[in-house]
Amino acid sequence: MSVRIVVTGMGWVTPLGHDLEGVWGRMMRSECGMAPITRFDARTFPTTFAAEVRDYDVNAFVKHPQAHATAGLNSKYALGAARQAWAQAGLDERPAPSLRRVGMYLGAGEGVIDTANYFSANVAGWEAASSRVGGSWFDAAQRLLDRAREVEQEPHMPLAHLAREFGIRGPSYNCLTACAASTQAIGEACSILRRGDADAMLAGGTHTMIHPLGITGFNRLTALSTFKGDPTKASRPFDIGRDGFVMGEGSGMVVLETLEHAMARGATPLAELIGYGSSADAFRITDIQPDGRGAAAAMTQALAQAGIDPLKRLDDGRPPIQYISAHGTGTKENDSIETIGVKRVFGELAPSIPMSSIKSMMGHLIAAAGAVEFITCVQSIRHGMLPPTINYANPDPELDLDYVPNTARAAKIDTCLSNSFGFGGQNDTVIVTRWRGA
Amino acid sequence: MGRSATPVVITGLGPVCGLGVGLEPFWQALTAGTSAIRRIDRFETGSFGCPFASVLPEGFDVRTLVPKSYRKGTKVMARDIEIAVAGAHMAVQSAGLVTRGTEGATTVTIPPERFGAHIGAGLIAADIDELTAALVTSTNTDGTVDLGAWGSGGMNNLTPLWLLKYLPNMLACHVTIIHDCQGPSNTITCGESSALLSLGESMRVIGRGDADACLSGGAESRVNQMGLMRYWYSGRLRAMPAAGQGPELVRPFDDQASGSVLGEGGGILVVESADSAARRGKAPLAHLVGFGASQSVCTDTLGMDLSQNGEDIAAAIESALDDAGMKAGDIDAIVPTGCAVPDVDAGERAALERIFGSRLSTLPIATVVPNAGFCGAGTGALAACAGVQMLATQTIPARLNATATPGLDAAASPSRPAALRTVLVLTASLGGQNAAIIMRRAS
Repeated sequence: MSVRIVVTGMGWVTPLGHDLEGVWGRMMRSECGMAPITRFDARTFPTTFAAEVRDYDVNAFVKHPQAHATAGLNSKYALGAARQAWAQAGLDERPAPSLRRVGMYLGAGEGVIDTANYFSANVAGWEAASSRVGGSWFDAAQRLLDRAREVEQEPHMPLAHLAREFGIRGPSYNCLTACAASTQAIGEACSILRRGDADAMLAGGTHTMIHPLGITGFNRLTALSTFKGDPTKASRPFDIGRDGFVMGEGSGMVVLETLEHAMARGATPLAELIGYGSSADAFRITDIQPDGRGAAAAMTQALAQAGIDPLKRLDDGRPPIQYISAHGTGTKENDSIETIGVKRVFGELAPSIPMSSIKSMMGHLIAAAGAVEFITCVQSIRHGMLPPTINYANPDPELDLDYVPNTARAAKIDTCLSNSFGFGGQNDTVIVTRWRGA
Repeated sequence: MGRSATPVVITGLGPVCGLGVGLEPFWQALTAGTSAIRRIDRFETGSFGCPFASVLPEGFDVRTLVPKSYRKGTKVMARDIEIAVAGAHMAVQSAGLVTRGTEGATTVTIPPERFGAHIGAGLIAADIDELTAALVTSTNTDGTVDLGAWGSGGMNNLTPLWLLKYLPNMLACHVTIIHDCQGPSNTITCGESSALLSLGESMRVIGRGDADACLSGGAESRVNQMGLMRYWYSGRLRAMPAAGQGPELVRPFDDQASGSVLGEGGGILVVESADSAARRGKAPLAHLVGFGASQSVCTDTLGMDLSQNGEDIAAAIESALDDAGMKAGDIDAIVPTGCAVPDVDAGERAALERIFGSRLSTLPIATVVPNAGFCGAGTGALAACAGVQMLATQTIPARLNATATPGLDAAASPSRPAALRTVLVLTASLGGQNAAIIMRRAS
């Protein structure tokens, strides 16, 4: 591999907090960020709970608050996560020589719809006789809707805010491949760096769908947990009683650099990104390939790029990957097929590879999930600890891997693999390894 | 040429917009100087300030453009998805590919795991009639929606798959299922730069050997109430003079330019490795030789002051030239965003002046927005299709409406023959993402 890519900064804004080590500590204590929804009155919805970001103030993270006065929640989360990553990478004290050579690749979701006013405008414009919205909708909309709030919903607005905050002027992209988006963003950012189209990339994701139409959409798909007890017990990945995912929100951001660029400015690598794979199921809009083929294809490509033989143990007897951050949504289908896919790739070694889902603790951050899980992988290497899958009470006889049940565990971890799979059949895998020096 | 390990070519074009479905009507209209912009009659526009758009031709029916076995799948397609699916169908035909979507196919041209898809998309608005029919089951007496009633039952008036009509990645999802593209795929959502960034990513994916071919481009339809409203709020649409008729409204680079008019449309191009095309004996339509991207830093809180960003937009062009191993003097024609939004026009013009200097006055500029409307994530795909066809036919298409502007070859004029070796295609988006593609004539 000609160009080496290192991670030099990480940051996240999550339902478990807004600082790197604080969130990590909460995961190590098996804490859960789920509670009744406070953003709107969801008491009658099939799902009444979510994992919300709490006590977050974007102004604690930005140098130019006025430039973000109208920012949507997704942009605000992105700014907080990016500031942490930027700071850890030391990009203020040891700046990149040219911000033209610094790009962005985000998997950012759309902004939050202005539900109450949008709904009211629609109802005001409704013509029952023809069962259509008529021309008076435009009067109601112009009276009720807010210009900035509408424009800020465009999915590329987080890029605009980050550019404004950090002065980034290099190649910039936003991809929105559902729940796979920010893993794909990190992988594609890596590809851009390898080819030399930029020297450093801010990569990650940001999203919130904790609003009435977001919950409605996933409730109608029956993808969300409708657990009736304590919300902190609702997300049960790999457990036989799992009944869907729990909505989370937030952002994860990393600074990726070519090793050359990082060394030249005296940055400290935290880990090395060594593999990326991407595939499409091309199967059905609602279902995953039942044989795990698409998921396996992404993992296999990433392993090949990393130069790792998935069937061969290391000299010290450990499997070649020592931790898998699962997509692990807690839906019946995902957890089964992900398990099948992992077995398909790692064969007899699969049961010896710990694989957990942090979605059991912080919910599903949708487009931002992959970035937060990537950061979790780097943290597990740095701390020698595996984050748990909480709420694992009753094993599913068909799911027989090591899901790191309920409590964090110490382990010697050098190389991790992170999976993300999106509605619509998008599969993405990244592999990160311990920084061992140049 | 360039740093790509494998040369990359374009072998198929599938533009879909108000001018027609497929290359023939698109190019015929561009060369004849026809505009599809009309008063909107799909829904009532009431007091809205820009009640014009270019919409797909009467009779467009996506069911006729998918395999019979997939017709049921068209029920969960927003208009944006329909455009992408139609574009992919036309592009695959144009490229002479046999895919899983080809009726009666037994073997396919591109191995599924070597077949990718990069399809740009926008923020898709829910069908307002469908949503509101459900909402009105849960209203309070003051006309607001009662979330309690909605949550306990009103929402059940929406079809279970409702959300899947509006996820941006459903464009690529349907296309990859129909044509069995199991390779790298992506959904880039960078406003008007989505399609060129997608083409650039396909070029890189093929260049590094991760795929043999990709269905690439973008599509969007904002011709609905919420789409219009958001584009209006983003300062993109022209406030209509009372006497406005439609076709004459969009005037790119004209001193009198005062905004754009929406279109629905986009297109899919078949991007293929030169080796793959050669193996199957398909003559390329054009070579993709350079790609570059950049981000504009806008101080306006809504990212609209692109006029200040000639330097940022120029950086994308410089990267593309560098990627192609070319100099500014090697470019023979330009297809910019050309949307007649004064800020975007000014930003693009400033960038072009930086790159081309005084030579700009003699470089032909082609535009598609006056004909097909401003198609959001699809706009770059239509521009790219025009660029390829300019090279293939050695023609500058007709230009509409704009009066002469000193220093720029962009005024209204009929179609004309021209010796073209290379074309630069350029887009600048609302969020500040700029993308540039350089194409070379197939030798």
